Amino acid sequence: MGRATGLTGRLANDVDSAFPEMVLAYQDRLYSGVRSFVGSADAEDVTQEAFIRAHRALHSYDRDRIESLQVNAWLWTIALNLCRNWARTKSRRPQTTQLTFDHEGEGGADIAALEATMLASWRERLESLSEPQRTAIVLRHVVGLAYAEIAAATERPIGTTKTDVSRGLTALRRILAEEGSA
Amino acid sequence: MNKITQQLEELATTAPPSLAETVLIATGAGRFYDTVAGPTGELLIGWSSAGIFAAAPAGEEPRFLEEHTIASMEPLPAELPAALGRKVVAAIASGKLGKLPIDLSGLSEFQQAVLRKTAEIPPGQLRPYGWIAREIGKPGATRAVGSALNRNPVPVLIPCHRVGRSDGTVGQYAHGPEMKRGLLRAEGLDPDVVDEEAARGVRYVASATTNIFCHTTCHNARRIREANRIELRSIDGAHSKGFRACKVCRPEVVAA
Repeated sequence: MGRATGLTGRLANDVDSAFPEMVLAYQDRLYSGVRSFVGSADAEDVTQEAFIRAHRALHSYDRDRIESLQVNAWLWTIALNLCRNWARTKSRRPQTTQLTFDHEGEGGADIAALEATMLASWRERLESLSEPQRTAIVLRHVVGLAYAEIAAATERPIGTTKTDVSRGLTALRRILAEEGSA
Repeated sequence: MNKITQQLEELATTAPPSLAETVLIATGAGRFYDTVAGPTGELLIGWSSAGIFAAAPAGEEPRFLEEHTIASMEPLPAELPAALGRKVVAAIASGKLGKLPIDLSGLSEFQQAVLRKTAEIPPGQLRPYGWIAREIGKPGATRAVGSALNRNPVPVLIPCHRVGRSDGTVGQYAHGPEMKRGLLRAEGLDPDVVDEEAARGVRYVASATTNIFCHTTCHNARRIREANRIELRSIDGAHSKGFRACKVCRPEVVAA
C-alpha cells in the first residue's frame, strides 16, 4: 500500500505530528467494522480506545518497527482485541436494552431508524456465525481488507481466512433463506 | 451471494466527527488552539506536542483555521495545558520567549533564522530589516527578510512588530499597521516619535561622552542625556565623527 508507506515514514519521523493523519485515514473503516461487532452504542468508544492504544504503542516502538508496520492489519489487531474484550464484558453483564436510538434529527430520523434496524438484523445474523467467520466476513466485506491483511490481523493463514469468508457467506445465505421462508 | 456482500458493504459508514477530536485530545497528538489575552487584544494560540506553531489576532479566526489546516484537519479548539499556558502568559507579559517552546519545523532554514534573530530584539525596540539580514549572515537578503517576517506564523510571540523599514519608520504589518503601532506602544515605544525622527532623517544616535552610536531605540541610546545626544543620518556620518558602533544593538558589523 503506497499510502501506508508514506504514512509509516512520517510516523517514524514524528509520531505525534503524523498521528492525526493516521486517525483521519483509518477512522471510517475502523469505526464501520467495530460497529458491526459491538453495535452503534459502543462503537465510538471502542474505536477511540483502539486509536489511543495505537498511539501509546507507536511511542514504544523504534523507528524500524514503525516503518515496517502494515498499518491496516496492525490497527485491526488492536481493535479486534478490544471488540473481544467488549463481548466478554457484555456477556458477564445482564443486557438491559438491545437497541438504542440516539438520533434527534427530524428529517433524517426515518433513514437513521432504517439503518439502525438494518445494522441490528445484520449483527444478529453475524452473531450466529463462528467468531473466526464473523471476523473474516466483516473485515473482508464491511471494512474491505485484503485477505493478506485479515490473515495478519487475525494471525491466521491466508487459506484459512479465505475458507472462513466463503463458509461464512454460505451460512449467511442459508440464514437469509430461512428468514425469507419464515 | 452478490446481494449479501452488497448488503454487508452498506454497513460501512463514516465515523462521527467527535471520534477523531476525542482521540486527538486524549493523546495530545493533535493540533489545537485556544484564546489568550494579548497586549492589544485577544490572541489565538495554536499548539501541538512540539510547541506553539501559530498565533493570530482573535478577529482572524477563519483565516487562522484555513492557514493551519493540514490534510483537511483543522486545529481543534481546546484548553491550553496549564504549564504551556503559564509560559505563554509569561512570554506575552515580558515580551520575551523565555522557555516557551516554538515549533518552526515547517519553515525553511532561512525563515527560521530570521524568526530566531527577531526573537532576540528586546521589547520596546525597533531594528530595520537590513539589520536582521546582516545578523544572520545574509546581508543582501533584506527583501527576503521582509517577506519572511510578513509570513511569521507566531506574531506577537516572535516580535516581528519590532522590525521596521530601513528608512527608520515603523512600517507595515501583516495584521495591519495599527496593531503594530499598538504593540510597540504597549511596550513603551511611541511609534509616532519613531516616525517623526525617521522623517527628520535620523537613523542613529551617539553619545558625546562615550563616542558610541546606537539604533535610536536601543536601550543604551535612551540613557544618553539630552545635552550629549548627537543625531546621525548614516553610518558614514558616524565614522566621520570617529564614533564606534554599540555592541548591544550592533548598528554595523562589529569586529570581534
